[in-house]
Amino acid sequence: MHAQTKKKRITGKILTLILLTLIMVLMVFPFVVIITNSFKTAPDFAKNGPLTLPQPWSLQAIITFWTRVNYGQKLWNSFSISFSVAILAVLLSLLNSFALGIGKIKGTVGFLIVFVIANTLPQEVLVYPLYYMAKLVGLYDHQLSVIIIFTVIQSAFGTYLLSSAFQAFPRQLLEAATVDGCSKRQLLVKIVAPVSSSTLSVLFVFFFLWTWNEFFIPLVMLVSNAHQTVPIAISVTQGQHNMDMTAASASAFLGILPCIIFFVLFQRTLTKGITAGAIK
Amino acid sequence: MRERSKGYGIFLVPGFILLVIVIGIPFLMSLSVSFTKWTGVGKPEFVGLANYRSALADPIFWASFRNNLQLIFAITVIPTFIGLLLSVFLFDYVSDTLGTHTVNFFRTAYYLPQVLPVAIAGIVWGWILNPKQGALNSLLKLFGLGGLAQNWLGNPATALNSVMMIMIWFQIGYPLIIFMAGLQRVDPQVIEAAEVDGANWYQKFRIYVYMIRPELLVVVLTSMIYSLKLFSQIYVLTRGGPGTATMVPSYFAYQNFFEKTRVGYGSTVAMIMTVIIVILEVIFITCQSKMTDEGEY
Repeated sequence: MHAQTKKKRITGKILTLILLTLIMVLMVFPFVVIITNSFKTAPDFAKNGPLTLPQPWSLQAIITFWTRVNYGQKLWNSFSISFSVAILAVLLSLLNSFALGIGKIKGTVGFLIVFVIANTLPQEVLVYPLYYMAKLVGLYDHQLSVIIIFTVIQSAFGTYLLSSAFQAFPRQLLEAATVDGCSKRQLLVKIVAPVSSSTLSVLFVFFFLWTWNEFFIPLVMLVSNAHQTVPIAISVTQGQHNMDMTAASASAFLGILPCIIFFVLFQRTLTKGITAGAIK
Repeated sequence: MRERSKGYGIFLVPGFILLVIVIGIPFLMSLSVSFTKWTGVGKPEFVGLANYRSALADPIFWASFRNNLQLIFAITVIPTFIGLLLSVFLFDYVSDTLGTHTVNFFRTAYYLPQVLPVAIAGIVWGWILNPKQGALNSLLKLFGLGGLAQNWLGNPATALNSVMMIMIWFQIGYPLIIFMAGLQRVDPQVIEAAEVDGANWYQKFRIYVYMIRPELLVVVLTSMIYSLKLFSQIYVLTRGGPGTATMVPSYFAYQNFFEKTRVGYGSTVAMIMTVIIVILEVIFITCQSKMTDEGEY
C-alpha cells in the first residue's frame, strides 16, 4: 500500500515536470531561435534553415547590424533618456508627495485625483498636441522633449504611489525635527528623502525600464536616425528590403539583450515592485 | 492641522505646472480639435459633432474596435485564466512536491517575455512567422505538416489570430507573477481544513481564486486598459493590415494624425478611447472600494 502511494507520487512528480517543461519550451523557444540564428552566417542559414545550431558560430550578422544602425549611439540615446527621466521623475514625485502626502495641503484629494487621471490618459489623446507644441518651441526631434514628457507621465504615477506610502510615515519623526527647528526644506532633504530611499529606488528602476520600453511618443517625436532609441531604431529597420534573415534576427537579438541584462540586474526589485504596485 | 500644512504648497508648484503643460493643455487641445476639421496646418474649422457622427458610420472605426474586443480575449481573458490555473498549480502542488526552487525557476522562465519592450517582442515573432524562411513554417515542415505552413501575418484569415497568439505568449507572465504573490497571503489552515473535509482540486481551486479576488480585479482591469492602448506590436507586425484585419483604435488614430493628416478625426478616435478607459477605471475603483468596505481586502 505504502509503496503504491510512493510510486504514484513519483509518477505525479514526473508528469508535473514534463508539463512545466513543455510550457517552458513554448515560452523560451522564441528567445532560443533568435539567439541561435543571430550567430549564423548567411550561407549557413540559407543551407540549414532556422532550426539548427550555428556552424560555425559567427558574430558577423550582429556586428553588421550593430554598425548599420550605429547601435552604440542608440544604446546611449536610450540610456541617457531613460536615466534622465528616472532621476527627474523620482525628484518630482518626491516634491509632489512631500506637499500632498506629508504636508496634506488644502485640496490634496483633488490634486491626487488629477495625478491619477493624468497617469491613465491614453497617450493617443496627448500625442498630436505634444507634437504640435514641440514643433512650436523647437523641441521636435529633440530628446529633451521626450525627457520632459516622460518625466511628467512617470511622476504622475510616482506622486500617487508615494503619497499613499507617506500616509504611514512616522509622524513623531517629523514633529521632533520641527521642534528642533528644521525648515521644510531640511525636513525633505534630511528626513523624508533618506527614510523613504528604498521606495524611491524601486520607483527609479521602474521609471528607467518603462521609459526604455516606451514606443509611441518616441516614435512620433524622434524622427532623425541619430536621435532614436533602441526599440524605435530597430523597428524602423524592419521591412527594409536589403535585410536578410540573419540580419533581421540580429536586430531582434540586439533589442532583447539589454532587457535581459536589466532583468538579471533588477530581478529582486522588479518582483518586489510589481507585487507592491498591484495592490496599492 | 492647518498650521502644520502651511509652507508645503510651494513644493507642488513645479510638478503641477509641468502637469498642466504636458498633460492638461494637450488633453484640452485634443478635446477641442475633435470638434474640428484640421489638417495640422492653418486654422481648424469647427464642425461640431460631425467627426463623432462619421466615426460611428465608419466601418474601419468599427473594425478597429471589433479587433480590439478580440485582442482583449488574448490579453485579458486567456492569460488570466491560464495564470490562475498555473499559479494555483505551482503554489499548491508543485512547491510541495518539487520545492520552491523549482517553482521559482519555472516562474522566472514564464515571466521572461514580459521583460521585452512589446515592439521587440513583435519583431521576434515577425521573424519566426516569416512566410518563406521563418522558424514556425520550417518547424511545421519538419514534422510533415508543411500543408499548414502559410503567410501568417499576410493572410487576412490568420493575421489577427497570429497577433492574438503572440499577445497570449507575451502576457501570461503578468497575471502569473501577481497571482503567485497574492497566494502567499492565503491562510494555509483554510486549505488544510478544506482538505480534511475532502475537498477535491476544483473546490480547492475555487477557494484560492476567491482569496485572491483583489489581484484578479487588478489584472483584469489593467490588462483590459492595456489592450485598448495596443500600438507598437501592430506597428511592427502588420500596420493594421492586411486590409483592416488587424486595425486597432490606437493605430487608426496614429494613421489619421500622421499619415492621412485628418487631425480632427484622429482626435475624435482618441477621445472615444479615453472615454472607454475612464469608464473602465471608474468601474475598477468602485469594485475596489466595495471590497475594502467589505473588509476582505
